[in-house]
Amino acid sequence: MTTETLRTTVAARRTGVVTWARVRPLVIHVVLAASALVMLYPVIWMVVSSLRPGNEIFRDPGILVKDLRIDNYRVGWNALTEPFTRYLLNSALVVLGSIVGNLVSCSMAAYAFARLEFTAKKFWFAIMLLSIMLPIHVVIVPQYILFSNLGWINTVLPLVVPKLLATDAFFVFLMVQFIRGIPRELDEAARIDGCGKASIFLRIILPLMVPALATTTIFTFIWTWNDFFSQLIYLTDPHMYTVPVALRGFVDSTSSSSWGSMFAMSVVSLVPVFLAFLLGQRFLIKGIATTGIK
Amino acid sequence: MSALGELGSLRGKKTAGQKKDNLAGYLFLAPWLLGLFLITIGPMLASLYLSFTDYNLIQAPKWIGLENFTRMLSDERLHNSLRVTFTYVFVSVPLQLAIALLLAVVLDRGVRGMAFYRSVFYLPSLLGSSVAIAILWRQVFGTTGLLNQVLDVFGIEGKGWISDPSTALGTLVVLNVWTFGSPMVIFLAGLRQIPTMYYEAASVDGAGVLRRFFSITLPLLTPIIFFNLVLQIIHAFQSFTQAFVVSGGSGGPSDSTMFFTLYLYDRGFGNFDMGYASAMAWFLLVIIGIFTAANFLLSKYWVFYDD
Repeated sequence: MTTETLRTTVAARRTGVVTWARVRPLVIHVVLAASALVMLYPVIWMVVSSLRPGNEIFRDPGILVKDLRIDNYRVGWNALTEPFTRYLLNSALVVLGSIVGNLVSCSMAAYAFARLEFTAKKFWFAIMLLSIMLPIHVVIVPQYILFSNLGWINTVLPLVVPKLLATDAFFVFLMVQFIRGIPRELDEAARIDGCGKASIFLRIILPLMVPALATTTIFTFIWTWNDFFSQLIYLTDPHMYTVPVALRGFVDSTSSSSWGSMFAMSVVSLVPVFLAFLLGQRFLIKGIATTGIK
Repeated sequence: MSALGELGSLRGKKTAGQKKDNLAGYLFLAPWLLGLFLITIGPMLASLYLSFTDYNLIQAPKWIGLENFTRMLSDERLHNSLRVTFTYVFVSVPLQLAIALLLAVVLDRGVRGMAFYRSVFYLPSLLGSSVAIAILWRQVFGTTGLLNQVLDVFGIEGKGWISDPSTALGTLVVLNVWTFGSPMVIFLAGLRQIPTMYYEAASVDGAGVLRRFFSITLPLLTPIIFFNLVLQIIHAFQSFTQAFVVSGGSGGPSDSTMFFTLYLYDRGFGNFDMGYASAMAWFLLVIIGIFTAANFLLSKYWVFYDD
C-alpha cells in the first residue's frame, strides 16, 4: 500500500498537479484501513485488556500495555468448577468427532448425488437442498427426547452421531458442486481398468476432492467450536461443558472483578478459530464464494 | 411436486445396469438417508404431533387439539418476541448487505492489498457467532464499557446501551452488521463474473462511476443480492447465541432482546413446556417459509438473469 501511494503523491508533487485520479488510491486506502481498524479494534482491545490488571478494563480504552500481566489467565483457568483444560478437551472431542463424521458421511452422499444413477435421485437431491434451510428448532425438542431416552444427555453422542449421518447437508451440497467439476473421463478410465463404484470413489474422487474436504474440515471446526445452542441443551453437567457453555457460566456469575479472567478465557476460546482462519483462509474464501454461505 | 412426478416416471424403465447402480447409489446414500429419517424427518413429524399436545417430558403427551396455537394468539410475550425478531431481521439484514456490497465494489476496483482487506473484513464473520464475542459486546456496550470510555475521551457522556431497553436491540443489530464479511466475499465472487468490456463500453459512451454502478454492476449483481438476501434472512430469523449471552439468558432488559428463538428456548427448556415450544417451532418454520417464498415470488420483478 505505502509504496504505491507514496509514488503517486511524489509524482503529483513533482508535476505540481494534485488530480483526483492521483489522490484517489490514497483516499481509498485511508478509508479502508480506518474501517478495518474500527472493526477489529474491540477484539484487539479485548486481547490487550486481558493482559492488564482486572479493574483497568473499565478505565483504559487504549491498546498500549504498560505492564504485562498474565494473572487473569491464571485466575480464569481455574475460576470454574473444572480447570479450563477440561473444557478445551471436551470441545476438541466434539470438534474431532464432527469433522470425521462430516468428512465420511457427506463425501459418500455427495459421490452418490454427483456420479451415480439411481431411482428417485432428483427427489432426494431436492430434499437434501431443502434440509439445508431447516431451522434446528423444528427438530430440537423431539431430538432431545430421543437422545435423553437413549441416555445420551451429557455425552458427546447427540453432538457427533448426527454428523456421522450427514445431517450437515450443506457440506453434501458443497462436495457435490466440487465433484461435478472433476472430469468424468477419469472415472471412465478407472472403470475400464476394472475399478468398481467403491474403488472409483476411494482412488479417484476422494484424492481429487481434497480441497473440498479441507473446506469442510475448516468450516466444521469453526462452526462446531463456536456452536452454542445444541451444546447448551445437551451438556448440563459441568464435567461435560464445552468451551462456549463454560464461558457462559462466567456471564452468570459476573461481578466486575471477574471481567479480567472472563476476557482472558474468551481470548483463549478465540485462539483456535483465529488459527484455523489463518491456516485455512484460502479454503474458507473459496468455500463461501462457490456455495455462498455463512 | 415435479420431483415426485419424476420419481414415478423413472420407475418403469429399469435395466440391469441401472439396478446395479441402485444398489451402489443407495449404499453410498445410506448414512445420509438414515440421518434424514432418524434425525430430521422423524423428529419433524414428532414435533408436529407434540404441537397439538400438552407435554412436560415426565407425563405422557396429552392431546389438546389447537389449544397451543390459540394460546399463541393471546400470548403477549410471544407477540413481543415477534416484534423484536422482525425489527432485528429487517433492520440488520439490509444494513449488513448494503455495507457488504459497498465494500465489495470498492475492493473489486483493483485496490492494492485487496486480499489483505478481504481477510480482515471476513474475520468477524467467523468470530461473530461465538460466546466470546457476545461477552465482549456485553462489555463494550456496558455502562463503563469500551464505547463509553472512547466517548468520554471526546467529552460525550454515554449510557448503559445494553441496560436501556431502547438501545439493547441496537447493539445486537450492530453485531450482526459487523459480520458483513461473508456476504461481501460472495459479492466479490459475483463481481468477478461481470465482463470488463461492459464497463469499457460504458466508459467510451461517457458513463460516470455512479452511472456504471447503477446501470451495469447493480443489475448484473441482482442474482447474488437475491441469494444473499434469502440466506441472511433465514439466518437472522434463527439468531440465538448473541441475544442469549448479551442479555445474560433473559432476553432483557424488559424483553427488549427476547428473540422468538429465545422465548422458544425459555418455554421448552426453561419451563419444559415442550408442546407449546413445538407449536412455536412450527410457527417459526412457517414464517421463514413464507418469507422465503415471498422472496422468490418478488424476485421476478427485480432479479435480472443474464442468459
